[in-house]
Amino acid sequence: MDYSFYQHYWWFLVSLLGALLVFLLFVQGGQSQIYTLGKEKRELDLLFNSLAKKWELTFTTLVTFGGAFFASFPLFYSTSFGGAYWVWMLILFSFVIQSVGYEFMNKQGNFLGNKTYKLFLFLNGALAPILLGAAVSTLFFGAEFVVQKDNLASGGMPVISSWQNALHGLEAVGNLWNVAFGVAVFFLSRSLGGLYFINNIQDEGIRKNSRKHLLYNAVLFLLFFLPYLINLLLKSGLAENATTGVIAEESYKYFSNLLANPWILVLLLVGVVLVLYGFIRSVFSAKFIYGIWYAGPGVVLVVLSLLLIAGFGGTAYYPSLVDAQSSLTIANSSSSLFTLKAMSVVSLLIPFVLAYIWYVWRALDKK
Amino acid sequence: MNQIDVSLVDWSRAQFALTAMYHWLFVPLTLGLGLIMSIMETIYYRTGDEKWKRTAKFWMKLFGVNFAVGVATGIILEFEFGTNWSNYSWFVGDIFGAPLAIEGIVAFFLEATFIAVMYFGWTKVSKRFHLASTWLTVGGATLSALWILVANAWMQYPAGMGFNPDTVRNEMESFWAVALSPMAINKFFHTVISSWTLGAAFVAGVSSWYLLKKREKVFALDSIKVAVLVGITGIVLSWVTGDGSGNQVAEKQPMKLAAMEGLYDGGNGVGLVAAAILTPGKQYNDSQDPYIFKIEFPKMLSFLANRDFNSFVPGINDLVKGGYSTPDGPALSIDQKIEKGKIARAALAEYSVAKKANDTERAADAKQRLEANFDHFGYAYFNSPADAIPNVPLVFYAFRVMVILAGFFLLLFIVVWYYSAKNKFANTPWLQWVCLLSIPLAYITSQAGWIVAEVGRQPWAIQDILPVGAAISNISAASVKLTFFVFLILFTVLLIAELSIMLKQIKAGPEKIDEGNEGY
Repeated sequence: MDYSFYQHYWWFLVSLLGALLVFLLFVQGGQSQIYTLGKEKRELDLLFNSLAKKWELTFTTLVTFGGAFFASFPLFYSTSFGGAYWVWMLILFSFVIQSVGYEFMNKQGNFLGNKTYKLFLFLNGALAPILLGAAVSTLFFGAEFVVQKDNLASGGMPVISSWQNALHGLEAVGNLWNVAFGVAVFFLSRSLGGLYFINNIQDEGIRKNSRKHLLYNAVLFLLFFLPYLINLLLKSGLAENATTGVIAEESYKYFSNLLANPWILVLLLVGVVLVLYGFIRSVFSAKFIYGIWYAGPGVVLVVLSLLLIAGFGGTAYYPSLVDAQSSLTIANSSSSLFTLKAMSVVSLLIPFVLAYIWYVWRALDKK
Repeated sequence: MNQIDVSLVDWSRAQFALTAMYHWLFVPLTLGLGLIMSIMETIYYRTGDEKWKRTAKFWMKLFGVNFAVGVATGIILEFEFGTNWSNYSWFVGDIFGAPLAIEGIVAFFLEATFIAVMYFGWTKVSKRFHLASTWLTVGGATLSALWILVANAWMQYPAGMGFNPDTVRNEMESFWAVALSPMAINKFFHTVISSWTLGAAFVAGVSSWYLLKKREKVFALDSIKVAVLVGITGIVLSWVTGDGSGNQVAEKQPMKLAAMEGLYDGGNGVGLVAAAILTPGKQYNDSQDPYIFKIEFPKMLSFLANRDFNSFVPGINDLVKGGYSTPDGPALSIDQKIEKGKIARAALAEYSVAKKANDTERAADAKQRLEANFDHFGYAYFNSPADAIPNVPLVFYAFRVMVILAGFFLLLFIVVWYYSAKNKFANTPWLQWVCLLSIPLAYITSQAGWIVAEVGRQPWAIQDILPVGAAISNISAASVKLTFFVFLILFTVLLIAELSIMLKQIKAGPEKIDEGNEGY
């Protein structure tokens, strides 16, 4: 197994973590519609309690996603986090206020009052999916940065990655496709949140309301996501020439990546089918409560396949809009072979981690 | 040519210090209280006595409040490596990122998963599973500390790596050299074990409050019994591992040791300063006496540093001037190190040019010069020896505060243990007051230790390889200043909320045995 294998393996793992994170955003989707789905105190308590048992998984997945990205593709960590400063700070801010929300909101002496913590949870529920979605979209639509490793040998400014505008990431909203993807992720998280409540809370009122709003959220998600997906498959992308190492534009790059890796195409199609099945059956069957177990894995497969085509095939997974040669590819931004190998050994623990999460999840959801 | 904005470096440091110090208010209590409540639940599991379940559940409530803010501040720290220290993230990300990823995979999921069982699982899982979940939550938190401390220790003593001029970064060559470096192991044990002491001081202090209020006598005395055992174990082992830390600092970070002692002119048989007032405004190159007054233990610094009462310990001036004997030959002066650093940096630039021109001979020559001088690469970013010296008064006084308070806690826990063993603690209000008032002292001890470790190693992000000034992100100082104040306000509000909730919970006391209060 050569260097390229390990680079692709770690891109797969980071993509998988990203995909799991998007699935687990059902917590945020739930938070953003608690007051839509519940009216009485009893219902609100049920909704909050249901999410309170799961929010840490989303949070931990985000932290692990960040750590894994840092460890395997440090140049992305260095370039994006240090450059798109405001976007990442806003994302962090929204998660910080979430992390105290559940623990503090019903505690006496919480200083800010119960409603403030509930507002924190709503803000996290609304902002995090949109911001994370827009940030992920820049993996396809690029950002304005330059990487000059020679700067380290400079006596003046040794920083190797520089953002080329003063907005430091906020300019991403200037690209409507980034906004569309952010909004799509927002409605997706709400759809998943609804499916989670249907499955997790034995209350007919909440289930009925969740099904009703699932229809709205799912339709809005598809309205934003499908044009985005079609545009993505039709657009060009930057890619590295394997012989010359030069990064240049290639037409239909993402579509080509799908065709070149039929197994990813299968993942995408199976994912889409699972998502649609989970949505449609949950909306139209009053007794079906397992939609989350179809749509959830479906979302993981769809997001995983999108992230895989962002990086595989020599594609620049973080295209620079101002200097194509600064664009980040799996090959030019990864950790060393030694580090990737060492971490690959650790990654063998991931199935074990997933297994005990599953076991605990089931144990806590026992009625 | 663009230059590094000094105020950007300062604000980036301030923001990281703010986050780290707030984070460090919550982590030691998580580690210490976690151990204590796990022991209490174990006693419940073994005896079946409901009073221990009630005791454990009460401390778990406080653990949860504290844990939440620890999580909030922790996530910022991880991402600040990227947002504020982007050059660092590339230059050493190949080594530093791995412990962070392992921390996520191995530790975070463990605590995040099983803490849910700890709080929501009393009626849903067996007693044995619940107990295992409590220990796994605390184990996860401790493992998390292990990996971040491995990373931190590596920054203070970079081992198991080599510089790759083609990728312009340091790359890992031995995982075990990084994970099992003596500094990492010692740092882990010292940090975690000293946290047990803080947890014990917290439990003893809160329990004493109940006794002073003549409430919950059985609960309070039971809690103190467990706390005092953890406290004595923690403080004794903290002294042992602290001695190990001092020994390693002497070997690997002599400038930090000199700052800890306010030692400008070293020598053989150097004494350990027990108490002193430093001369304000003292500079390394002036003739002022460093101390206005001092009391010292003769020859002890030499002994603690090198296990030899008559050994040589360099002071700041010795480190600046060089020339004293070391096992590797005469020590280099800072000026010589700056010179070597600049040779290394110029060789790196030349290597890059030669590679682009396909001039293999020139590239090989440049690489050879780079490798010969790379140990001092970071000095290239300095203009004068003053740049290599940390804030001496802050490190000096923080060290004294830590050591003096550690001595106080050793004494306190012995006294509490004595009174507790003789069943006299409940009737000794003065000692209860001392325990109660000692809670903030435990936090001051812990923060002082962190200041010694982190301010003492300045100006280095990576010892000798990368100073903080070259580790930053290229953003505006105004942006960092703004986020600094946002986080300052946010963390302060969260701290006030946390304290307020804790005080209410303490005032309410442990729940009745049949309350079974779960959820939010």
